[in-house]
Amino acid sequence: MTAGCSRGPETPGVCEIAAQSGAVANGDSILLGSIGDASNLIPMRAGDSASHEVAGRIFDGMLAYDRDLGGLEPRLAERWEVSEDGREITFYLRKDVRWQDGEPFTARDVEFGFKTITDPATLTAYAEDYLQVSRFEVIDDHTFRVSYDKPYAPALATWGSMVVLPRHLLEGQNINEATEFARNPVGLGAYKFESWGTKRQITVLANDDYYRGRPHIDRVVTRILPDQQTQFLELKSGGLDMMGLTPLQFTRQTEAADFTRNIRKFNYLGNGYTYLGYNLLREPFTDVRVRRALSHAIDKNEIVSAVLLGRGQPAVSPYKPGTRWFNDRVNDPQYDPEKARALLAEAGWTDSDGDGILDKDGKPFRFEIITNNGNEQRAKTATIIQRRLREIGIAVEVRTIEWAAFINDFVDKKNFDAVVLGWSLDPDPDQYIIWHSSKTEPKQFNFISFDYAEVDALLEAGRRTFDADERKKAYDRFQEILVEEQPYTFLYYPESLPALHCRFRGIEPAAAGIAYNFKDWYVPQSLQKYAMTASP
Amino acid sequence: MTSYLVRRVFGLIPLLIGITFVSFFVIQLAPGSPVDVATDLNPKASAEVRERLQKTFGLDQPLHVQYGQWLGRISRGDFGRSFAPHNRQVAEMIREALPITLLLNVMSLCLIMGIGIPIGVLSATRQYSVPDRITTVFVFIGFAMPGFWFALLCMLLFGVELGWLPISGLQSLDYDMLTLPQKILDRARHLILPVGIAGLTGLAGISRYMRSSMLEVVRQDYVTTARAKGLDERTVIYNHALRNALLPVITILGLSLPALIGGSVIFETIFAIPGMGRLFYDAVLSRDYPLVMGVLVISAVLTLLGNLLADVSYALADPRLRRR
Repeated sequence: MTAGCSRGPETPGVCEIAAQSGAVANGDSILLGSIGDASNLIPMRAGDSASHEVAGRIFDGMLAYDRDLGGLEPRLAERWEVSEDGREITFYLRKDVRWQDGEPFTARDVEFGFKTITDPATLTAYAEDYLQVSRFEVIDDHTFRVSYDKPYAPALATWGSMVVLPRHLLEGQNINEATEFARNPVGLGAYKFESWGTKRQITVLANDDYYRGRPHIDRVVTRILPDQQTQFLELKSGGLDMMGLTPLQFTRQTEAADFTRNIRKFNYLGNGYTYLGYNLLREPFTDVRVRRALSHAIDKNEIVSAVLLGRGQPAVSPYKPGTRWFNDRVNDPQYDPEKARALLAEAGWTDSDGDGILDKDGKPFRFEIITNNGNEQRAKTATIIQRRLREIGIAVEVRTIEWAAFINDFVDKKNFDAVVLGWSLDPDPDQYIIWHSSKTEPKQFNFISFDYAEVDALLEAGRRTFDADERKKAYDRFQEILVEEQPYTFLYYPESLPALHCRFRGIEPAAAGIAYNFKDWYVPQSLQKYAMTASP
Repeated sequence: MTSYLVRRVFGLIPLLIGITFVSFFVIQLAPGSPVDVATDLNPKASAEVRERLQKTFGLDQPLHVQYGQWLGRISRGDFGRSFAPHNRQVAEMIREALPITLLLNVMSLCLIMGIGIPIGVLSATRQYSVPDRITTVFVFIGFAMPGFWFALLCMLLFGVELGWLPISGLQSLDYDMLTLPQKILDRARHLILPVGIAGLTGLAGISRYMRSSMLEVVRQDYVTTARAKGLDERTVIYNHALRNALLPVITILGLSLPALIGGSVIFETIFAIPGMGRLFYDAVLSRDYPLVMGVLVISAVLTLLGNLLADVSYALADPRLRRR
């Protein structure tokens, strides 16, 4: 209500000013923080999120998920067609796209990327999706068609930035040793590579020729700050413009006026969930009544409020609430210790010797929950579960193990009773590799050995059709079975908690988060902080 | 003397090979492999991909063959390439990190010497006086305080509250656009916190050493003689006593040569400094064998050279040692 030029003892903070001043303007820089340095800016060669985040600004794909994560929208392809039988996809590329060195982008570049990623000599963890392709045909400079032996619904989304490489620069080179290009890439995305100081910072500049229109923010600097505390101090002092907060920082350390004057906080469900997974080859987890009893005995709301300080939601299934694939009609086992006791008694577990621990056939109900060390949230979660299970007469040990040993000696060898772990969620609903009974070998992801014929059939059906309604039906049923069977106790979906300096405008939170429309963010002229020397 | 030197240098070679042999096999004992880092719980990586990676890294060969290949390369001065996706030369990565760590360590060592030695002398010459007690308490607080905690407090005070100093990193965002004097100033501002804190937390050792060494020397007969000659106290302390009291301190300096290239992981992480500590730590975590071995070889060589240097200087001073 007060006029902009009132001079009280409190000068208005950036947030207040930014809310009033408006016009879209080009310019300014944004300083982002990253825990780790990027390793390789060729997307198919990198395995770390830092590399993918930077490379994602420099490269673009045929298509991308929309803001609601419900469908795909065009990028380098202006449109695409899926054949009647679902086995062929034809992409029609834009004709106005140029690489950042001026060469036109054509279907040959995608063909080159495809050949590179499927070449057995290429060191990449991402070949699997492209090895499903039986034929890759270039029809003309701006059209190509890919064929699959069987329809593969997740295929469409795989035609992102992974296979877009400049043929004119890389042909004839060994992609594994293309260190020159990997550290100084030429892309076609919204930003072009500028400089990289190892373990210090990576700078990219706005691409004036970007085919979807130049981004407003001139420069994006990713600062490598390996310590969370340091990042937080940098954010407060202006050395960073954006970072992901921890629940503790979000709820307890960012309330003061000197913080909220300049920095805005966001919260929305992230792309992942944490679960308690049972080894289904071991007694007594083979009994569905026992698993349901354990889920009834665990208070998910308590875990959310203690571990995440309320910044999350109890989880139900491996789908994110609010997206089209989430089945909101399933009955998740609610916290109910009485019901848990009754189910356990039904399964034969009673405290016959009066020592406070349930037993059956003379064997007490004891088991061990393991998780990887270094993840405080998981360790706390396991401890809370331990206490709740003790209340219904189950003795639980909690052990944290170094990551490599955890995977190699315990998970891969199926040498565990129960694990606390998390999965990240892809916008595509396909969950084949985690739940199909064929994926129980060492190093595969169904390490709890879930084996359920109807689920196998549903997962196969969901992969074989592009019809969203049919897929929805299959995955709805899949979720019903999971909730019924409780092979995992799905614990929580944590929230993402980004904090962003208030001078940035144009942010529109959606299911995809806030970064999806980064290109449209801007800083009003009067609030710009970093002046750039004019670039030619 | 020459034959002694030749014997010593040749004696180092089997020692160095022994160190690399043990290190090579010990790092393989740690669970996990470089391939796991890229593929563990990555839903997109299949078994074929894993095998392909194994083969490219040469990890499908028996261990002794791998060691032989590595030894062959290193004897030609080739450190190999990192297993990380960037596939860079190990030598190049070490060349990037080493000067940064050296700069920081040399500067903080100078600070420690520059403050620690006078504190030690002061405490010794005025033993049990008020200044002695104050500095003793002060250096022990510095010694006992967790460095990372003290660093965070200083960052909060000087970086956030007062806004005098940059919090982390080695240079400002627009460093490249600055003029030379501005660049020097910018670097200096970034170095104040890490060097200052490393110095303050390291003061205790050297100042206590200096103090006890000085206390011992001032009781020697020649100091009494010097006083008896009627020399003034300054000359006695600084010309006669200090020179001799410094000898053991200089020995410590020589032994800290290898430590000069070793960075502290916690420190480098908090201040976001890309030095040797993080290079080695990250390499171990990702089981990047060529890089781990590269760093180990460099530190082994420096340690052995440091020992050699110490031995040789003793030998120079004491002829009896040469004939042994």
